Amino acid sequence: MPEASPTLYLLAGALLFAIGFHSLLVQPHVLRRVMALNVMGVGVFLLFAALAARTRGETPDPVPHAMVLTGIVVSVCATGLALALAHRLEAAEEEEREDESAGDGRQARAEHEETDR
Amino acid sequence: MSLTWAMALLVLAPLAAAALSFALPAIGRWLALATVAAVGSAVVRVAELVLGGGVQVHRVGGWSAPLGINLRADGLAVLMLAITAIVGGVVTLYTPAYLAANRSSPGQRQRFWSPFLLLWTALDALFLSSDIFNLYVTLELLALAAVTLVALVGKRPALEAAMRYLFVSLAASLLYLLGVGLVYGQYATLDLALLAERSATGGPTLWVAASVMSGGLLAKAALFPMHFWLPPAHANAPAPVSALLSSLVVKGSFYILLRLWFEGFSGLMTPAAAQLFGALGAAAILWGSLNALLAPRLKRLVAYSTVAQLGYLFLLVPLAAGPGDGFTAWSGGLIFLGAHACAKAAMFLSAGNMLHAAGNDRIRDLDGVTHVLPLSAFSFGLSGMSLVGLPPSGGFAGKWLLLRAAIARGQWWWVATLLVGSLLAAAYVIRVLLHAFTRVEAPARHRPVPRVMEWTALGLAALAAGLGFAASGSATLLRVGAPWPPAGVGRG
Repeated sequence: MPEASPTLYLLAGALLFAIGFHSLLVQPHVLRRVMALNVMGVGVFLLFAALAARTRGETPDPVPHAMVLTGIVVSVCATGLALALAHRLEAAEEEEREDESAGDGRQARAEHEETDR
Repeated sequence: MSLTWAMALLVLAPLAAAALSFALPAIGRWLALATVAAVGSAVVRVAELVLGGGVQVHRVGGWSAPLGINLRADGLAVLMLAITAIVGGVVTLYTPAYLAANRSSPGQRQRFWSPFLLLWTALDALFLSSDIFNLYVTLELLALAAVTLVALVGKRPALEAAMRYLFVSLAASLLYLLGVGLVYGQYATLDLALLAERSATGGPTLWVAASVMSGGLLAKAALFPMHFWLPPAHANAPAPVSALLSSLVVKGSFYILLRLWFEGFSGLMTPAAAQLFGALGAAAILWGSLNALLAPRLKRLVAYSTVAQLGYLFLLVPLAAGPGDGFTAWSGGLIFLGAHACAKAAMFLSAGNMLHAAGNDRIRDLDGVTHVLPLSAFSFGLSGMSLVGLPPSGGFAGKWLLLRAAIARGQWWWVATLLVGSLLAAAYVIRVLLHAFTRVEAPARHRPVPRVMEWTALGLAALAAGLGFAASGSATLLRVGAPWPPAGVGRG
């Protein structure tokens, strides 16, 4: 199988980053935005791997690989926190809806709007 | 205490306490107090070493720079570590009373300590890092801990603010990481000092890398126009968390920006780039102050004041960059940073006290609050004095040095910005005080505020108000490792 040049991976990484960034800005749904962040992350990691292949002739440079590994750990933690937060947020929204249908909705909404200002 | 021990304690003490308080939440408060003692003595030791022997470097595990991780402490790092220890210590004393007074459940009371101590770990590690990848890791740790603290209340506005904060933060970190990759691809090093040597000539790749990294950091430092996430996040968090976020967390990103533009990428610092930073800072001062003047609620006002005060920090850049003496503006900006950290934390804590007493923080409902909370109203005024820049506060010393630098360089437009900003700050501080000092026939019913909450806020406010006396000492400290030779002629 012919080897693709590192430049191809470099461009693919940049493209993935751009796609992820775009989705993060335009997608309204929390889960999609979490995924968009992950796509951005993958783009950066691909770029690191491509740079490792490009900078050091025969054997690829190990430092970018070590950075990608660290980066993956960080991104797993961040995704976990984002999902936990999304879960809590959904529960809080649901609770508010229930309160509203229970009757004191107007008051709850007014309070919420006030704290939001 | 040797250097190795002192530097290890600065990072490992809060980290160990964070892990322990996660496992044993009931003793979180005592673990935090132990951390204050350990980190406090370590900061004093590192400060002695830096003042006596210049910049201190510790190679972790005996591995040197390209492979290993270097911890590096110069005057600037020591100043930041000291501010963190002071604010962290005060928050440690304030929070137990705050949580108890707000009738938080035992679970809520205990959940505060682990993310708080992690935040402290991340800050200490950040200030000691000397390579751009390590800075990325600490920046992420800092963001994750900060988001967790914002979400702690568990109510919907706080959760929404935390979510938005998390998205902005993560996207910004990835932008920064992208730049780190480009820099490494070009120069095969991550070390700031080596980068400064290798990147002296600049080039298009370095410009792209510096732009994406700075873009990410500016968003995290909430510089206008990337400040939109800050007021909701800082205003919806509990008072001690707001204090930490406004006084310390945003400064972490500012610190990295300084390290990049004055050390790693100093070859890129053109007059145009420097003026751009200053212009964004000036816009932040005006926009933040105007919004603070119009804010209906006290915590919102204090949060917008942070947006404005962060602008002052960026005035440092055009006044310190380029040929000639940059140290006046450098030390001015950083003394201002220290003063703002103390004053803003004190302000959020005293605002928290008033909010607790009155039950809400609408500014028009603060009438007569001095009757019930004279100490908190006084702390608010004292910290406001530093924000406005009245002598002998730290805010005055910082602004004075910045003014002197602006006049010496003939850049009168920054003089005008500094003066207008001070007037606006005076206006929004006085607006609160007018309400607080209004005489009322029958003061509304207020909840009692534990004494420790009032005294801790007052102590911090008094520190900010008197910090001007420590200005020359701070300047001596900042001189160690500053990017200017002691004589102040040209740049090395």
